Amino acid sequence: MQRFILIAVPYAWLLALFLIPFVIVFKISLSDIALSIPPYAPILDDGIGPFFAALDFENFVFLTSDDLYWKAYVSSLRIAAISTAITLLVGYPIAYAMARAPEEWRPTLMMLVILPFWTSFLIRVYAWMGILSQEGFLNQFLLWLGVIGEPLTILNTTTAVYIGIVYTYLPFMILPIFAALDRLDGSLIEAAEDLGCSRLQAFWLVTIPLSKNGIVAGSFLVFIPALGEFVIPSLLGGSGTLMIGKVLWEEFFNNRDWPVASAVAVILLLILVIPIVLFQRNQQRQAEAET
Amino acid sequence: MKKLMLSCAAMALCTMSAVADEVRVYNWSDYIDEALLEKFEAETGIDLVYDVFDSNEVLETKMLAGGSGYDVVVPTGTFLQRQISAGAFQKLDKSQLPNLENMWATIEERTAQYDPGNEYSINYMWGTTGIGANVGKVQELLGADAPLGSLNLIFDPASMEKLSECGVHFLDAPTEMIPAALKYIGEDPDSHDPEVIAKAEEVFMGVRPYVQKFHSSEYINALANGDICVAFGWSGDILQARDRAAEADNGVEIVYNAPSEGALMWFDQMAIPADAPNPEAAHAFLNFIMDAENMAAASNYVYYANGNEASKPFLEEDVIGDTAIYPDEATLQNLYTVTPYPAKVQRVVTRLWTKIKSGT
Repeated sequence: MQRFILIAVPYAWLLALFLIPFVIVFKISLSDIALSIPPYAPILDDGIGPFFAALDFENFVFLTSDDLYWKAYVSSLRIAAISTAITLLVGYPIAYAMARAPEEWRPTLMMLVILPFWTSFLIRVYAWMGILSQEGFLNQFLLWLGVIGEPLTILNTTTAVYIGIVYTYLPFMILPIFAALDRLDGSLIEAAEDLGCSRLQAFWLVTIPLSKNGIVAGSFLVFIPALGEFVIPSLLGGSGTLMIGKVLWEEFFNNRDWPVASAVAVILLLILVIPIVLFQRNQQRQAEAET
Repeated sequence: MKKLMLSCAAMALCTMSAVADEVRVYNWSDYIDEALLEKFEAETGIDLVYDVFDSNEVLETKMLAGGSGYDVVVPTGTFLQRQISAGAFQKLDKSQLPNLENMWATIEERTAQYDPGNEYSINYMWGTTGIGANVGKVQELLGADAPLGSLNLIFDPASMEKLSECGVHFLDAPTEMIPAALKYIGEDPDSHDPEVIAKAEEVFMGVRPYVQKFHSSEYINALANGDICVAFGWSGDILQARDRAAEADNGVEIVYNAPSEGALMWFDQMAIPADAPNPEAAHAFLNFIMDAENMAAASNYVYYANGNEASKPFLEEDVIGDTAIYPDEATLQNLYTVTPYPAKVQRVVTRLWTKIKSGT
């Protein structure tokens, strides 16, 4: 009985916060646009029979008829993947340095990583607008140094989106990697070095594989929200930055087409969930093969 | 017994005033003199919660989702019309609005095309969509005879290429930009024919590389600070930029011109959502706004013309005397209005707009 309750809690959580919202969105994606409140039909008030009869996959077919959606998905995947890679490259050394720092410093360092969250996310993104604009701090500073002759255009380009995403999600990369490195047994590195590894080899052959779980967790935490990101591209990005979050916004707000917007969201979810499930399975199989 | 009844009545009154003591208003950003909000609270004793938005699309989505919690909202005419047919608004109770007699019949006639009989809404402000320019910078780049008041300035690629040096913003509002482009090539700006609308694409494709940003509110500050030199935007917003620049005394001189080819005339209408929690307080707010002096104070502050005839004597000379705000008869003849797109055409318009903005 206790075991049942223990299992029931996470499943109830999944049901309430994932499955039910998903079913609602999926249902809307099978509906038709209507000029009413809410702006789609059918709704359950119409009766069960006609309700189910009116649902169809028309909106998903529509998505294939215009290459905008395909391009937006691909462009979002690319932006999310590149940002995740940059975040990893920046975050790993920071996490590594934190884990190697003297024990008494670590809580302070940890605090410093979390500190930016005390300011509203929106304000931090706005601050970047001030830093990156033509008359912004960065350009002023570079001009003063004499590195550049005239201000660089960074704001309203895809570069600014990368900067925004990397900045915003960096703590989500650092913390899991730090957690993994913190637990790492230092004697393993010593053993590797005793057995003839150079420091670099020991890092590559011992530290990296042992922090793999942290890297994977961090990458997921960055990649998944970055893929559907809307605020950062709309504030920092230019009109040429095509991302699925923006397409979704336009379907929802400009076209008032909730059914098509929901279809876009369902596909986005599938793009995320299927690789994650496959990855999990692969991990499990590997784990089983090792034991 | 009598005493008991009295206390009941008192209680009923108490609960009523508890309900009636808050009104939630959702209006455009930078669109009212905030002193008016305090005045309303002081006069009526009703608490005012005031939120702002910067696009009709955001407001419309809230209205269509239902349960927005707002008592007064301010959609533009075309959007209002569609939301009325979706059942988003309640009819005004005109007995609670004695100040309706202040309204301007000429404007009411025009708003009736969106809201027949003006049964659901009152006019708050109206204006035109046109060109704001930093005179000094534009003349430096294009010469002293730069066409500041013509669509040529923003739709001619040669002129835009030069202007891109100092920065140009366009409104991120396809329902205003596409009619302007159609007007520029001599088509009917209110066309709902997808083939005609498609012709706007060519106009934009020629100039889009030179547009720094498509945005519907940033241009006020950007113009005033001198970050950009041309914006295609809403009349009063550009006039606000002009005044902010003048106040800052930063050497930036802004002018607004309604395009000589013809300008879009729009009406922002105050309406009460069907599910407003407190329609009584909403009516009190509308009536307060329609007071001649209050309406004049709002116009004096935001530099938009209002639909209130009685407010005219209270308007400052730089508002009522400015033809950019209260156009003369000739300009008035040159203004056009548009009607809402049906869903299918709206999809074509949005798709076209995405293509214009992103290149795909």
